[in-house]
Amino acid sequence: MRPGFVEVALLVLKKDLAIEFKSREIVYTTLFFAVACVMIFSFAFVMEEGVPVQGAAAGILWIAVAFSGTLALGRTFERERYGETLRALLLAPASRPAIYAGKLLGMILLMAATEVILTPMVAFFFHAPFFARPLLLAALLGLGTIGFASVGTLFAAMLVRTRTRDVLLPILLYPVTIPVIIAGVRGTAALLQSPPEEPVATLWIGLLTAFDVVFVTLALWTFEPLMTE
Amino acid sequence: MKKLFVPLVVVVAAMFVAAPIAIAEADYESTMLLVQKIFYFHFATWMAMTVAIAVCGIASVIYLFKGSKISDWCAVASAELVVVFGVFGLFSGSLWGRKAWGVWWQWDARVTMATMLVLIFLGYLMVRKYGGPGSEKLAAAMGIFGAATSPFVYKSVDWWRTIHPQTTVMRTLGEKWPGAWLLVLFCSAAFVLLTVLLLTARVRLEAMRSRLDEMYLALED
Repeated sequence: MRPGFVEVALLVLKKDLAIEFKSREIVYTTLFFAVACVMIFSFAFVMEEGVPVQGAAAGILWIAVAFSGTLALGRTFERERYGETLRALLLAPASRPAIYAGKLLGMILLMAATEVILTPMVAFFFHAPFFARPLLLAALLGLGTIGFASVGTLFAAMLVRTRTRDVLLPILLYPVTIPVIIAGVRGTAALLQSPPEEPVATLWIGLLTAFDVVFVTLALWTFEPLMTE
Repeated sequence: MKKLFVPLVVVVAAMFVAAPIAIAEADYESTMLLVQKIFYFHFATWMAMTVAIAVCGIASVIYLFKGSKISDWCAVASAELVVVFGVFGLFSGSLWGRKAWGVWWQWDARVTMATMLVLIFLGYLMVRKYGGPGSEKLAAAMGIFGAATSPFVYKSVDWWRTIHPQTTVMRTLGEKWPGAWLLVLFCSAAFVLLTVLLLTARVRLEAMRSRLDEMYLALED
C-alpha cells in the first residue's frame, strides 16, 4: 500500500530533522551567519551617538531572515546531492508533492528556529519594541517564512542539477519573493510605531496569506514535472 | 502566421509612423505641457510588457506540462520582450520624472514595480544562459512564478508608497479628454501588435536554431 500524503511528508520531515539533530550543522551555521549579518548592519545603521537609525530594525530583521534562509536552503539540498540521496528520495514510491511538503516543513522549522533567536537579538540591539504585539509579529514572521520557504524549497530542489546553483538560487529567489520582503518589512515597521499601527499590519498579513496560498499551491503543482528529468 | 507576417509588418510600421504625428498634434495638457507627450508611448510600453508577461507565464505552464518546444520558444521570446519593454518604459519614465518630479529616479510605486519585474525576467534569461543542460525547465518554473508574483508585486509596491499618478487618471481620462484617450489606445495597440510581431520573428529564429542543431547532430552520427 502506498503511504498517504501526510505520512510521506512527515517521514521526509523526520528524516531531515534526524540528520539535523545529529550534526546541527545547518542550525548553527545559519544562526551564526544571521548574527554576523546583524553585526554588519549595526555598522551601517548605528549613528555616532550610538543610537540606531529610526525604523532600521524591521529591515535588518527581515534581511537577516532572507539571507540566512537562502544559506539554509542551499545547504539542505547540497546535503542531498552530496549523499546522492535526492534521486533515491524521488524514486521512492511516494507522491512527489508529499516529498516537497516534507522538505518545506523542515525548511520552515529551520528558519523558525533561527528567527526565535534572531528576533529578540535585533530587538535588544536596536531598541526595537518588537514584543508590543507579539501575536501580530509572530503572524508576520510565520507567514513570511512560509512564503519565502515555499518558493525557495522548490527553486533549491530544481537547481540541484545545475552547476551554478549557488549563484542562481538568490538570483531567482529574491525577485520572486519581493512581495514577501515588502510585506514583512512594512508590517513589522508598522508594529514598531508608537502606538503600533495594527490595521496596517493586518493589511500586510492579508497580502502574505494570499501570497502563501498561491505559491504553495503552485509549488505543489509544479514540483512533479520539475523534478522529472 | 507566415502569411500574416508581412501585412502585419506593414500595419505596425504605418501605426508607428502615424502615432508620432498624432501625438505632435494632440492638445497640450495644461499643467505638464510638452513632457506630458511622453505618456503616450510610456503607457503603451507597459501594456506591451503586461502582454509579454502573460504570454511568458502561460507558455511556461504549457511547456512544463506538455513539453512542446514551440511554447518554450514563445516563453523565451516573451521574457526577452519583457526586459526590452521594461527598460524602455523605465527610460521614458525617468525622462518624465526629471521634468515632473525634478529627479531622475524616485522610489515610487510603479517605478519600483517595473524594476522588480525587469529583474524577475532578467533572472529568467540568466537561468537559461547559465543553468546548463535542462535549463529550459528551470526557466519555465521561473516564468510561471515570475508571472504569478507580478500581481503581488503590483499590489505590495502600491501599498508601500505612491506618488505616481494614480490609475484613476486613466479611468477619468476617457471622459475628460476623449481625444487623448483614443490616442493612448492607438499607441497601446501599436505596441501590442509590435510585441506579437517581434514574438513571431523570435520564435521563428529559435525554431531555425533548433533545426540547425538537429542537423549538426545528424551529421555527427
